[in-house]
Amino acid sequence: MSERMTGAQGLVRALELEGVDLLFGYPGGVVLPIFDALFDSDKIRTVLPRHEQGAVHMADGYARATGRCGVALVTSGPGATNTVTGIANAFMDSIPLVVFTGQVASSVIGTDAFQESDITGITIPVTKHNYLIKNAADIPETIKEAFFIATTGRPGPVLIDVPADIGKHEIDFVWPDAVNLPGYKPTVKGHGRQIKQAADLIARARKPLLYAGGGVLSAGASKELKELAELMQLPVVATLMGKGCFPEDHHLCIGMPGMHGAKYTNYAVTETDLIIAVGVRFDDRVTGKLSSFASKAKIIHVDVDPAEIGKNKAVDVPIVGDAKPVLASLVAELRKAEAEPRTEAWMKAIDDWRKQFPLHYHPSDEVIQPESVVQAIDRLTKDKKRVICTEVGQNQMWACQYINLTVPRTWVSSGGLGTMGFGLPAAIGAKLGMPDHLVIDIAGDGSIQMNSQEMATAKLNDAPVKVVVLNNGYLGMVRQWQELFYDKRYSSSTLDRDCPDFVKLADAYGWAGFRVTDPAELEATLIAAFDHDGPAIVDVHVAREECVYPMVAPGGSIDEMLGGVPGAPVSDMLDEDLLGEVWE
Amino acid sequence: MKHTLSVLVENKPGVLTRVTSLFSRRGFNIDSLAVGPTEDPTLSRITLVVIAEDTPIEQITKQLHKLINVLKIQDLDPADSIDRELVLFKVNAAAERRHEIIEIANVFRAKVIDVGRNSLTIEATGSTDKLQAMEDLFRAYGIKELARTGKIALARGSRDG
Repeated sequence: MSERMTGAQGLVRALELEGVDLLFGYPGGVVLPIFDALFDSDKIRTVLPRHEQGAVHMADGYARATGRCGVALVTSGPGATNTVTGIANAFMDSIPLVVFTGQVASSVIGTDAFQESDITGITIPVTKHNYLIKNAADIPETIKEAFFIATTGRPGPVLIDVPADIGKHEIDFVWPDAVNLPGYKPTVKGHGRQIKQAADLIARARKPLLYAGGGVLSAGASKELKELAELMQLPVVATLMGKGCFPEDHHLCIGMPGMHGAKYTNYAVTETDLIIAVGVRFDDRVTGKLSSFASKAKIIHVDVDPAEIGKNKAVDVPIVGDAKPVLASLVAELRKAEAEPRTEAWMKAIDDWRKQFPLHYHPSDEVIQPESVVQAIDRLTKDKKRVICTEVGQNQMWACQYINLTVPRTWVSSGGLGTMGFGLPAAIGAKLGMPDHLVIDIAGDGSIQMNSQEMATAKLNDAPVKVVVLNNGYLGMVRQWQELFYDKRYSSSTLDRDCPDFVKLADAYGWAGFRVTDPAELEATLIAAFDHDGPAIVDVHVAREECVYPMVAPGGSIDEMLGGVPGAPVSDMLDEDLLGEVWE
Repeated sequence: MKHTLSVLVENKPGVLTRVTSLFSRRGFNIDSLAVGPTEDPTLSRITLVVIAEDTPIEQITKQLHKLINVLKIQDLDPADSIDRELVLFKVNAAAERRHEIIEIANVFRAKVIDVGRNSLTIEATGSTDKLQAMEDLFRAYGIKELARTGKIALARGSRDG
């Protein structure tokens, strides 16, 4: 059965059939036919951001919080190029998006027409796949493929470029039953023999460690991860991208590894004899110096993307597959083998480190320590349904360290690309996807200024997010590096705490604005902002030159950390029965 | 080490860009490249010669596999595949030296395809080594212009049906 309609109507129909109910769209000349068709859709709500980068980050935040595919629609030329950072951000973090860009009419493509840009060419390196639609009749099939590619295997952004004339052509709309992509067949189930091998190593290891990342969240494999961890009593480290995939109040959870990981976390990673890596990519911010990363360990690596396996670190047991079925098979295999947990001494050693080398900072009654703000946010909201978003920099690292999440998909933070300005629009997207959740953006005074125009979007689209600015009047992480590695020469990293005046800015956008400078008033102010019936910003004047500690110097070994409680060489701290080689 | 990758792709616009830009983006140099349709008009074969160690070549092959338009990749074993290149040499050839050049061409089973007042144009096919040997000989006379295709290759019949 086909139905006669315009290409633009076909595009909107296809989105409806894909179950899209929310789209972030910024109009312009060449996409007017599509916006006109959207005007008639009672299934799709269109939210107008104030910048195309905001549109993509909103779709991204929506996707992270809901697990569904985010959708954005922008015009050609600058509209399209403004999406590039957002798309690159989603690509680095494997977030499913479908981004539509308008293009100049087919007849003038290649002539440097007004608002023409070669957006498919520009985005090849940062999309999972992209399309330039040449025939209006291809619209349904292309959209079906795009959603399939974006959401399956290792998820990622897909871009569809739609020339102006394509939206106006009449088509016979036929919705395909299935996609036909001979070159795209993700491996989902792990290989039986490798799963057996992995189970055998897990059963024999004395100091095993689960290293879990964003892949666990995108696979929806938190339950299976917990089963495996509990069955074999395996300590779990979760990366920034994996935060929340394993409950952070669980005794087996031992934090985030890497550059700003706790000492006890990095000690465990250094001493482990078996890394079970699931949905991670051995990123440099996690591994530090690769040659000394988990150098005593055998490595099992589970990932749906075969190209990640062995990319940075040689692997003993590669398992290509989706985390959910692979972890379930591992649990089944270990149960069948009646494997017993052997990690009592290992967990005790880690717990000793945890007591000896906890995360710490110097609390103060005089000045607000940024860590204490994050702790207060965590304390005040831990029993609520919440989504915690961050910007990028010190604010993000303190949030990683001091927010403890127990529910998957309650953490929205730019990992791989490290995009300042991501947090606010992402929070708006998350709030629109999860309207009954308290959505908080933990921000810095630098990052928040990169997309603060989206305060209007929050105000006008019923997205009452809360922004807590850890305002130190610096680009804090840049300043920290300059303090530590550039003789405190603060070149171009100094901002001004009073410019802008965030309370006045809030007022200008119809938000509630709060400022707090006294530690004694911190908690009451946060409560007032969180309870306020609308979007709110809290400008917290924090200690200006606080550093995020511990810290691994760039390129250093992760067991050699600056700051924090003084440590000793890790192997001096292990009981004798945990020393020596387990693998013959 | 030299690897010859035979990459079967969908014959669609932009696919060559996707493949070649992946190599430069991931830090690989393409030594030679040849593209053309196959027995199936919806498919093209891209033959790439890349100099890389085994671990990086495995990584680039995996990355190539992720391209939606890429159907099949073979890292051809030189012992188990046949390959050819084609070269056109335009060689300086004053009348009194023409016969020497033609003799060289004959030894290599190459063909003279154009004769100018002061030059000969010679077409040669063969393995990279053979063509290199010819080029070295012709240099003595002066090569005015040279055009060379990338290498094309197929797995031997015993291996691939």
